[in-house]
Amino acid sequence: MPLATEISPTGRDLLGAATRIGEEIAAPHADDVDANARFPHESIQAMRDAGLLGAFVPARFGGGGCSITDLSLICTELGKHCGSSAMIFAMHQIQVACIVDTGQGLPYFDDLLAEIARAGRLIASATTEAGIGGNVRSSICAVEYDGEKISLRKQASVISYGAYVDDILVTARRDPDAAASDQVIVHVQRPNLTLDNQIDEWDTLGMRGTCSVGFELYATGTIEQILPRPYAEVSASTMLPVTHITWASLWLGIAEHAVRKARAVVRAAARKQPGTLPPSARHLATVVGQLDRFRALVAACVRDYELARVDPAIGASMAFTIQMNNLKLLASTDVFAIVHASMEICGLSAYRNGTDFSLGRQMRDAKSASLMVHNDRILDHNASLLCILKD
Amino acid sequence: MSERTETIRNILSKHGKLNGSADTIGEDKSLYSAGLTSHASVNVMLALEDEFDIEFPERMLTRSTFETVANLKSALDNLLGEEMSV
Repeated sequence: MPLATEISPTGRDLLGAATRIGEEIAAPHADDVDANARFPHESIQAMRDAGLLGAFVPARFGGGGCSITDLSLICTELGKHCGSSAMIFAMHQIQVACIVDTGQGLPYFDDLLAEIARAGRLIASATTEAGIGGNVRSSICAVEYDGEKISLRKQASVISYGAYVDDILVTARRDPDAAASDQVIVHVQRPNLTLDNQIDEWDTLGMRGTCSVGFELYATGTIEQILPRPYAEVSASTMLPVTHITWASLWLGIAEHAVRKARAVVRAAARKQPGTLPPSARHLATVVGQLDRFRALVAACVRDYELARVDPAIGASMAFTIQMNNLKLLASTDVFAIVHASMEICGLSAYRNGTDFSLGRQMRDAKSASLMVHNDRILDHNASLLCILKD
Repeated sequence: MSERTETIRNILSKHGKLNGSADTIGEDKSLYSAGLTSHASVNVMLALEDEFDIEFPERMLTRSTFETVANLKSALDNLLGEEMSV
């Protein structure tokens, strides 16, 4: 099989759909989604109708059979139009990737993959838990067993768009006697899933459409709903790289959008006084260079992850973990810096809401990048790995 | 118990933050199931490197090296040569 470093034919079709949905649906509703901190129903439904929610499901289950390269390009496209819609798409694909990589081949998960492709089921994630101090690699809650039946109760401090889904992947200790770090991933679904006692409101600076509130989660099911590999392994080989790649890709889309506005402003200024370089042109030249570097970073990491997916030894290495962590660290700071620089170039028309050049929402969305899974935590993780990793 | 295995167990007691005692855990029992986190495994490796004056090469810096006491022993044997029988 050739390495998937170029967009696939299906990926090209779905990317086209993402462009159309972005321009015609996500962008026109983005300000309302942002102002009301509401779920972007319109764009998610359009993605469902276009088969985008099943994009990463292998073709033999009726899905799009997309590569990571394809997903990355789609995330970037959506990011240009509505950060929240793009983030929901990305988070969903992370869950799908975990099922594709570890559940595939088991009847329960094969059926689920076919359902995701057929019905466009949106999947959320419940990894954080009240009382674990933000360390998702440890759980308090545990899977309880009664023969083949299981049940699970979790004080899930954040489940992004949880109120709008039927399916959630939940982390929990393997059993009530298991260590905090001995975790599994369980797929739970309505009607055998309830989310009660919503914790807090989602009234944030940005990414307001993700509706990332917490709930008390209770679910029942059977043992076949537990993904077969430990969470620690799924996290290293799939969840962490796919997260950082899809997030960085959509942040790139936000940055692309901002620079596009800045370029339009500089061109307009240049046209007014031919022969005189507008003062903002030099700043634009700088920010376009930053954007090029950002784009190259994402492309390089996507390529290396495609390599790791065909050679698991690469994916299991600490060097690869550090590289994927660096992608998150760099991309999250790049996106904010580029949006900020673009606002400087555009001036008040970007600072004001409701103009053709407004960048307030993009700037607020971009600010979330360094905070969602805080960069300090990721930097410390890399720092600790570098204490033992050899050249 | 070989000296190396005993040293491994001592280091696991000190840095592994296992749920049970590192002295009694079976040589083939999963240390991850016993509560070894990736953070703690870094500290275990640092202590082993210091104790034996070695460096684990990158090919050994995998999850499976730390899976069991037996795997750690085998990694050390690999780096130091087989242990003289005690």
